[in-house]
Amino acid sequence: MKIHEYQAKQILIRYGVKIPEGKVAHNSPEAYEIARQLGGTVAVKAQIHAGGRGKGGGIKIAKSPDEAEEITRKLIGSKLVTPQTGAEGRVVQCVLIEEGLNIQREFYLGIVIDRSRQKPVFMASREGGVEIEEVARKSPDLILKETIQPGIGLQSFQARKIAFGLGLDAKVIGKAARLMSALYRAFEETDASLVEVNPLVITEEGELYALDAKMNFDDNALYRQPEIVQMRDFLEEEPPEIEASRYRLSYIKLDGEVGCMVNGAGLAMATMDIIKMAGGSPANFLDVGGGANLEQVKNAFRILILDENLKAVLINIFGGIVRCDVVAEGVVQAVKEVGVKVPVVVRLEGTNMEKGREILKDSGLDFLVATDMADAAQKVVQAV
Amino acid sequence: MAIWIDENTKVVVQGITGREGSFHAAQCREYGTKVVAGVTPGKGGLNQDGVPVFDTVKEAVEKEGASASMILVPAPFAADAIMEAVDAEIPLIICITEGVPVLDMVRVTHFIRGSKSRLIGPNCPGIISPGKCKIGIMPGPIHKEGSVGCISRSGTLTYEAVQQLSSRDIGQSTCIGIGGDPIVGTGFIDALTAFQEDPATEAVVMIGEIGGTAEEEAAEYIKAYFKKPVVGFIAGQTAPPGRRMGHAGAIITQGQGTAAEKIEKMRQCGIHVVESPAEIGSAMQDVVAQKSA
Repeated sequence: MKIHEYQAKQILIRYGVKIPEGKVAHNSPEAYEIARQLGGTVAVKAQIHAGGRGKGGGIKIAKSPDEAEEITRKLIGSKLVTPQTGAEGRVVQCVLIEEGLNIQREFYLGIVIDRSRQKPVFMASREGGVEIEEVARKSPDLILKETIQPGIGLQSFQARKIAFGLGLDAKVIGKAARLMSALYRAFEETDASLVEVNPLVITEEGELYALDAKMNFDDNALYRQPEIVQMRDFLEEEPPEIEASRYRLSYIKLDGEVGCMVNGAGLAMATMDIIKMAGGSPANFLDVGGGANLEQVKNAFRILILDENLKAVLINIFGGIVRCDVVAEGVVQAVKEVGVKVPVVVRLEGTNMEKGREILKDSGLDFLVATDMADAAQKVVQAV
Repeated sequence: MAIWIDENTKVVVQGITGREGSFHAAQCREYGTKVVAGVTPGKGGLNQDGVPVFDTVKEAVEKEGASASMILVPAPFAADAIMEAVDAEIPLIICITEGVPVLDMVRVTHFIRGSKSRLIGPNCPGIISPGKCKIGIMPGPIHKEGSVGCISRSGTLTYEAVQQLSSRDIGQSTCIGIGGDPIVGTGFIDALTAFQEDPATEAVVMIGEIGGTAEEEAAEYIKAYFKKPVVGFIAGQTAPPGRRMGHAGAIITQGQGTAAEKIEKMRQCGIHVVESPAEIGSAMQDVVAQKSA
């Protein structure tokens, strides 16, 4: 799960991380008022769930409350396109207005899980404000890494190693170490999958601030993070994806014309791949899961065919725990209830497949039955 | 021969009185697996379809000699269940449970290090040595005894591959689903090492997914040490970056973990990578034919 910058900052401030003074504005008069209270130069930052906002024109400096008001008016409601949003962009719902700082230097700090080491890893770089992927590509030597021992946490010596490695002045090493420990505590206690402060800045006055903050969370741990769940912003998600998550289905909208319904994530990805190879283009990823019931299958089909670009549907089920007859029954009921205007190719294999095929045949509906994956892909692409 | 499990493996099912646990324990027994005990804290003394239930894993080991555990408890309790099995010195622990928090797995893998246990999973279909023993949720009948080892990050895609093999009369020595999460107990290299030493395994199918670098590391290992032919497939060639494709681990992040990178690396290391998931069986058929020629 993703949250906004201002929400990540609300979390970090509780752990003692210094954040510039600021507030969220939902309209331009609010922006004016916040900028007036802060006084002086302020930053106006569009709040969307995607990085690269600066490059897309979503972060602007305002020298007066009038200017902050003007920038906010243009930003809110507009579609912000950044290198990470794709061409369709994201609609800006609110902006964060923050005080300006006398920045001396900028750094990068981040915490992620290192899959190979099976532990969290703390990363830092002198190249603040630059995407870490870019630094990793161009000069991997500039990235400092400290692996964190579970149960022990980030130790002071590790934080000092990073701080000295960044070339920080001896006077601020203590402050920097405390900030890093705070970041790690926030990572662990909120079940984050990513914490990123980019940039971390040191001001002329020798203070360290998280000028930007990004936090992503482990979806599997949300059951024990009620406060984080409250921060979910449904406006940042596609309506069919929200609808799918309600039925515990994993659905991702893509821009092709062949709708897919598959059980299992790996097989669902492989099905998308084989559609592409047959000359088609998948309209979505949809995994009905390992133990799908009738309701889930019905809803999966209903959500899937809402897509306006759809020209054909491919259902690929390898029954294990999921029984083919249940899937067939769900699809038949869904088609009867909501109707479908495009051809539907069905491939059923595994547990109760004969029963499933019979249900499709006896339904009186027009399904194209495929014998295997390659055949299914051929048939669906021809039907488009 | 097979790796890790065979006809002598004695299984304890943690969570045997639950809906999933009772169903799959019965399915495994039907396949011929020796399910000797079940564990559900607070339900010790019960009898689940003829299988004695204990309060702790330790009792299941002491009284019934369990040598492997299949875990089917809800996700919030999975880490604890794994650690209990480690503490009871169960040699092989298979965690089927899906949705275990990553930081729980960080602690679990740390806890296991230096112990006598191997963990497979979580979020996996389990392990099967066809004709001998099945510990997991895969459909038994699609498998066939033979000499091809399978290692895969996904569930149903493995069934697909297995069926393609079996329908060509190519049997399997052992099939392992290592799981789709970012942190898993057993990786490709662990399984490859075991297959290398297993005389009954003559070739291996390796099925990967986008996300992480486990396939690249396995490819390096294969190039350096593995002496048997490997057929590979990577799911997610058309997956968009930054989106989690169902599995928590199947996500292209920071430009890393794309299918194209993995395929290239695997090919460089001598793996027969097929582009279409429908060609796994036929590619292995070619490999088998070449070997016997």
